[in-house]
Amino acid sequence: MTEAMSQNRKAAFSLARHSTGIIASVLFLAPIVWTVLSTFKPAQEARQPPLPPWPTTGFSVENYETLNAFGDGLWVSAQNSIYVSVMTVLLSVLVSVLAGYGFSRFRFPFRDFFFVLILSTIMIPFQSILTPIFLVLTRLGLHNTLTGLVCVYVTLQLPFSIFMMRNAFDAVPREIEEAARMDGASNVTMLVKVMLPLVWPGVVTIALFAFLGAWNEFLAALVLMTDQSKFTLPVMMTALQSGRFGAIDWGAVQAGVTVMMVPCLILFLALQRFYIRGLMAGAVK
Amino acid sequence: MTAIASTSALVRSRTSASLRQWVGLLYVLPAVAFVTVFFVIPLGMTAWMSLNNWPLMGEHAFVGLDNYVAILRDTRFWNALKFTFYYTVIVTIAIFAVAFPLAIFIEKPRPLTNLYRTAFFMPAVVGFASASLLWSWLLNVDSGLFSPAAYDLGLTEKKVNLLATFQPAFWSIIAMVVWKVAGFTMIILMTGLQSIPQDLQEAAVIDGAGPFARFRAITLPLMRRTLALALILSVAGSILAFDQFYIILRGGPRNQTLTAVYWIFNQSFVSFKLGYGAALSMVLLAILVALSLIQLWLLRRPEGLD
Repeated sequence: MTEAMSQNRKAAFSLARHSTGIIASVLFLAPIVWTVLSTFKPAQEARQPPLPPWPTTGFSVENYETLNAFGDGLWVSAQNSIYVSVMTVLLSVLVSVLAGYGFSRFRFPFRDFFFVLILSTIMIPFQSILTPIFLVLTRLGLHNTLTGLVCVYVTLQLPFSIFMMRNAFDAVPREIEEAARMDGASNVTMLVKVMLPLVWPGVVTIALFAFLGAWNEFLAALVLMTDQSKFTLPVMMTALQSGRFGAIDWGAVQAGVTVMMVPCLILFLALQRFYIRGLMAGAVK
Repeated sequence: MTAIASTSALVRSRTSASLRQWVGLLYVLPAVAFVTVFFVIPLGMTAWMSLNNWPLMGEHAFVGLDNYVAILRDTRFWNALKFTFYYTVIVTIAIFAVAFPLAIFIEKPRPLTNLYRTAFFMPAVVGFASASLLWSWLLNVDSGLFSPAAYDLGLTEKKVNLLATFQPAFWSIIAMVVWKVAGFTMIILMTGLQSIPQDLQEAAVIDGAGPFARFRAITLPLMRRTLALALILSVAGSILAFDQFYIILRGGPRNQTLTAVYWIFNQSFVSFKLGYGAALSMVLLAILVALSLIQLWLLRRPEGLD
């Protein structure tokens, strides 16, 4: 009797839990799904309210084609975004692996000073130093270039990624290094051949954060890129959404939003483990 | 054999030890260079520029504290700051009100929990600009979702433009930010919940403590550091809010949703008053540094706890 009751209670609890979970999941996913489905409506239908969200008058990629016809086109902005994000990933990984190794394994003058200097930049909002960054880039001849934007993004990533990499190197037992050193490995060989495979998860984590950070950043790109051919996707899409190219084509806006969202979602789903790990590292320390 | 090898290694490492340590400087040099050129120097320049009248073209002139005096009289800046704080308080409460129950919901490993967690977290990896563009469409009066849907369901007599007046526009932004950020805060709170020892909760159950008593006496105090971290992240992020107000509202209706960063952006890159923008930036910077110091204080490790 009591067993049956507790069975019932268990089932009721499970039912309540899953209905809550499903309703909440739908609420969080609906805007994304709604947008992605709507992009495949023909232009005429995309102007109407998205009820229902899926195409009712036939499947079409017209919105993506329209988008590519605005200004310098979707493809140019997409290429700019890809270039900026990939370069930010490569450069910030390179710089922070070197720095993480240096901070973890060597004792040199001003080591702690430099480490605190780099980490403390996280306290200062980059939004407040954008004007001088603009002037510095002009002085360096990097004004209105994607390379200049990459330099800014790399700098923004460094406190987090150097912190991550130093911890990753700290976790590698020194015995491994000493053994390799006795085998005659030089510093660089040791870093690349021996250490890198051991800190690989950390590298994936910082690469993921660097990509998402650069791909999604808006304000710096808006301020620093003045030439339309240099616009990244968020800047390009905002120009389109503000009606800079004439009447606002919401079908094209949704297509652009989809292009901006999908790489982030795929990367996150594929590398979720590394993402959560990065969040934890930030949260625990 | 082993003894000989380790002795010779010891000698070798002693002679070249200090030299080898200096190599470390080379490893960290690129990072230091980046931070110096693109952070430390601009930071110093902001301080210097704030003491100058600095137009985009032409010579700049030293004006002492004039820019700061002008800030005191700049009612639009103070209104922007006031709005920013108002937004920060409301959005932080809203985020926690959604994220905390979600964190409790996904804390324990049960069937499908990972799936739910992933679903709740998805909007967090979408950029703020993408999310703002997405919602600017959903909120659009003619082609969007909310107003037409409400009209079709007979909830409103005509299509209501949600972005035309302050209250609905403001709460629409809050809804969008909660949708985008709650999953992120949820994960951080979850790590705090999971770090609470299970036996502590069980002991309290045996002692006859109800769920609310346990939450107040065990969960909250032991989560203090995680809560502080989630709180500071939310507050700092909200004070720097720009994307959503620029993309969805353009600071409207009637400039009522201009945030601090938005006002600095306008002064610096629309009016090109770079010196004045720098002085405003210094004020913002001081607020954020003060917040970071509070954070360090809140996150300090007390004796015997944690």
